[in-house]
Amino acid sequence: MTTAATWVGNRLPRREDPRMLRGTGRFTDDISSGHALHAAFVRSPMASGRIVGVDVSAALDMSGVVAVLTSADLDDAGLRAVLERPEFIATTMPLLAHDRVRYAGEPVVVVIAESRYLAEDAAEAVEVDVEEMPAVTSLSELGGELPVVHEEAPDGVLVDLQMFQDDMLESALEEAPLLLERTFQSGRVHAAPMESRACLAEWVDRDEQLVLTLSTQVPHQVRTGVAQALDLPERAVRVISPDVGGGFGLKCVVGREEVVVAAAAKRLRQPVRWSEDRQENLTASFHGREQEYRVRAGFDEAGRIIGLDADIRCNIGAYSAFPFSCGVEPLMAATELPGVYKVPRYAARARGFATNKPPTAPYRGVSRPQIVMVMEGLMEEAAARLGLDRVEIRRRNTIATEDFPYLGANGITYEPGSYIEALEMCVEETRKHGWWESRAEEGKIRGIGLANFSERTAYGTATMGMRKMAMTPGFEVAHVKMDASGDVVVTSGTCGHGQGHETTFAQLVADRLGIHPGRIKLRQGDTDLTSFGWGTFGSRSLVIGGGSAAVAARRLADKIRTIAAEMLEADAADIELIEGHAQVSGAPDARVSIDDVAANVHFRAHTLTSNEEQLLEARGTADPSGMFSNACHAALVEIDPGTGGVEVCDYIVVEDCGVVVNPMIVDGQVRGGVAQGIASALFEELVYSPDGQPMAGTFMDYLVPTASEIPQIAVHHLETPCDLTETGSKGMGEGGTIGAPATILSALNDALRDHRAGLRHVPVAPAELKRLVGVPTATQEDA
Amino acid sequence: MKDQHLVTMRVNGREHELVIESRKTLADVLRQDLGLTGTHLGCEHGICGACTVLMDGEPIRACLVFGVQADGRELRTVESLADGDELNDLQQAFSKHHGLQCGFCTPGFLMLGEAYLSTNPEPDRDEVREVVSANLCRCTGYQGIVDAVCEVAEKRKVSRG
Repeated sequence: MTTAATWVGNRLPRREDPRMLRGTGRFTDDISSGHALHAAFVRSPMASGRIVGVDVSAALDMSGVVAVLTSADLDDAGLRAVLERPEFIATTMPLLAHDRVRYAGEPVVVVIAESRYLAEDAAEAVEVDVEEMPAVTSLSELGGELPVVHEEAPDGVLVDLQMFQDDMLESALEEAPLLLERTFQSGRVHAAPMESRACLAEWVDRDEQLVLTLSTQVPHQVRTGVAQALDLPERAVRVISPDVGGGFGLKCVVGREEVVVAAAAKRLRQPVRWSEDRQENLTASFHGREQEYRVRAGFDEAGRIIGLDADIRCNIGAYSAFPFSCGVEPLMAATELPGVYKVPRYAARARGFATNKPPTAPYRGVSRPQIVMVMEGLMEEAAARLGLDRVEIRRRNTIATEDFPYLGANGITYEPGSYIEALEMCVEETRKHGWWESRAEEGKIRGIGLANFSERTAYGTATMGMRKMAMTPGFEVAHVKMDASGDVVVTSGTCGHGQGHETTFAQLVADRLGIHPGRIKLRQGDTDLTSFGWGTFGSRSLVIGGGSAAVAARRLADKIRTIAAEMLEADAADIELIEGHAQVSGAPDARVSIDDVAANVHFRAHTLTSNEEQLLEARGTADPSGMFSNACHAALVEIDPGTGGVEVCDYIVVEDCGVVVNPMIVDGQVRGGVAQGIASALFEELVYSPDGQPMAGTFMDYLVPTASEIPQIAVHHLETPCDLTETGSKGMGEGGTIGAPATILSALNDALRDHRAGLRHVPVAPAELKRLVGVPTATQEDA
Repeated sequence: MKDQHLVTMRVNGREHELVIESRKTLADVLRQDLGLTGTHLGCEHGICGACTVLMDGEPIRACLVFGVQADGRELRTVESLADGDELNDLQQAFSKHHGLQCGFCTPGFLMLGEAYLSTNPEPDRDEVREVVSANLCRCTGYQGIVDAVCEVAEKRKVSRG
């Protein structure tokens, strides 16, 4: 075993890798369960309608079919996400639709059969008679008389937030030397984890428990959803999240199908499983991002922003997802729109509209890809209008080092970051890479894009509490236990699924206990094994889950020192834990192995007097307020005039997430995030017909980019340690995704500089670019 | 009535005799009948490549092939790569270059990579990018995957002499 001065900062290979590389990871569908039955769902063929009849008799008669259940069989149960605000209207998402269907793909009936093949056969034999009703699908339809999605909200508005009123804003905008009124839009996209949703449910008599194994980021929240929907005490539901094949926010909400499968297993007293197929996943799970920003921004002659007013509209689909509700995206957008810029006057109205499309979940980035696109777009347009350099206008508006801590007009206090430094370093890197010469090359349509932004991460209870969710996430509680052999088990309520927590948590704990990380095993994803916790989302896990583990490890280290001091007849304050030993500081010969300390505590307690609590266990909590990491992205792109296709030629990221625990993992999070951001800027969109039929139901229509579309991504680090956290780290899981759409859009507008394209939406399709580059400059409308 | 067939296939060096329904995919046969759950299903329509296995040395989508079509064939899955506890060179390179995060697509990329490497390629980064663009990964942005395949191609070339 190698040793290191500190494990934090090391490119330690991932503990997770060997099992994944052997194919012996355990994803939900890999887990065998004797005679589990299989579920298949019958879904609404229409976006909106009234269910006038359901005939399951033919399906029930088919061989191998065990049960065919409708909403009535499940007591018309549902999931109800609540935001405790007067501006919010709560609606219930029924487990299975009963009177109405609100999107094409909504589950109406579940068939339970002996195999998936038979279940699908029988699902085809179920007759669901739907009387079609008019549908509303697009934000552009808003304003007139619209079809009603929920009776509780006749105007379609499920949440309407007016935030940060400023009586002087209006006059400031009216008097501004430059007033930009612009609309920015982002399309509906899909998180598209490579593993679709999957679950396996079984009622276990011995434990008087419903055991639900599923692919989720949030086991405890699933437990609550199932317990509430099925009227069970939380104890009677155990949720296990084994290896999870990507989540990106799609799996941080509770799916109705998962609760249906749990209900069916309980009712039938047989294990039942379901694996979502890709068509269901794309058309009937949870979507993300569909938003529109109508903004008015005033600038002075020097390019400094004077005021900003935003009207933010989110197409949240047919239902509020449990437990976060449809308020997540509008609240995030309205609260954090100003970003890294000093906006002295600010107000925003943010609304969530119900439509006849699948519900949305907080996809990686949560409104911030859009708000960065808005702010960067405004800066660049203002620069162009005022004849300023687009880097210079950012400099003039960015919260500078000497401004920290900076209190924004949005009520947020920004703790120190490296906003200006990241911008300068990133621009310098573009020069070093020769991008500007490449951009100037004759006959090529090339552009350079920039986006400088921050990402608020690791929201604790106090910050989440301001959102007023009925279930307010924030804290984590970790336990660290050393066994008699000196190995350590850490438990956490966070639930890693690709982020390498088994590796990074071990690095944090190893430094505090003075043992090798290979002797530390993180256990997570099991509501019976870990303390209550909120799961993995919102760039929170390393900071809050890892932070709580670090606190627990610090306390355990104190206990080890106390025992070792007694064994060495020394003072505990003089004991150091280093390379597997407890030794007296300055007297390295006076030492015992930590393994011996562990063995003594477990097996020879009679020899110790200082071991008051017995055993080597400690608990730690973390609940920080939330902190901003920051980054600057740059992209070099080329547009093919023949096809309108875009090549992203090169990409640079300068990022600051405070103390980097494992640089390899951080870089991987950044690169993967950038790939998803490029995808939503150029390739991916869940297109719907006007009557609400999904047009992208396969990976042939929904274009997840391949290695040919994603460039090399250079990642550079700045490190502003965070004093709000135990470890000095800030969260960073979403930044790549947040910065890339704005960067690509900026690059396209730069490439089209002679055409004054003024693109303000993503995704940008090749046909549109082909049209733009084909039109002579003079005939284009001045944006 | 189920349409059952008796088939024989050699999987990872072991001979199997199986009775399988004609409509059952090879991926389901590997996963459900043989317990080889390392072959994952990401789309079941041949795009994502998570279910890539080698049939007579050629990479195929196990979701697009019926089990009965593998009758008399030789198959290799991800479970064949490591030698006991020892990961093979490509597996080690994936770990070193962080070519995996959630790990769901990884078996497909490994088998795709093995098929490419077995052609004794001259290592070429653009070509490797093109080859691995057959499969989808949602976590990594592909850079580590490309790095891993390039490194192993170079090393195997050197060891071939």
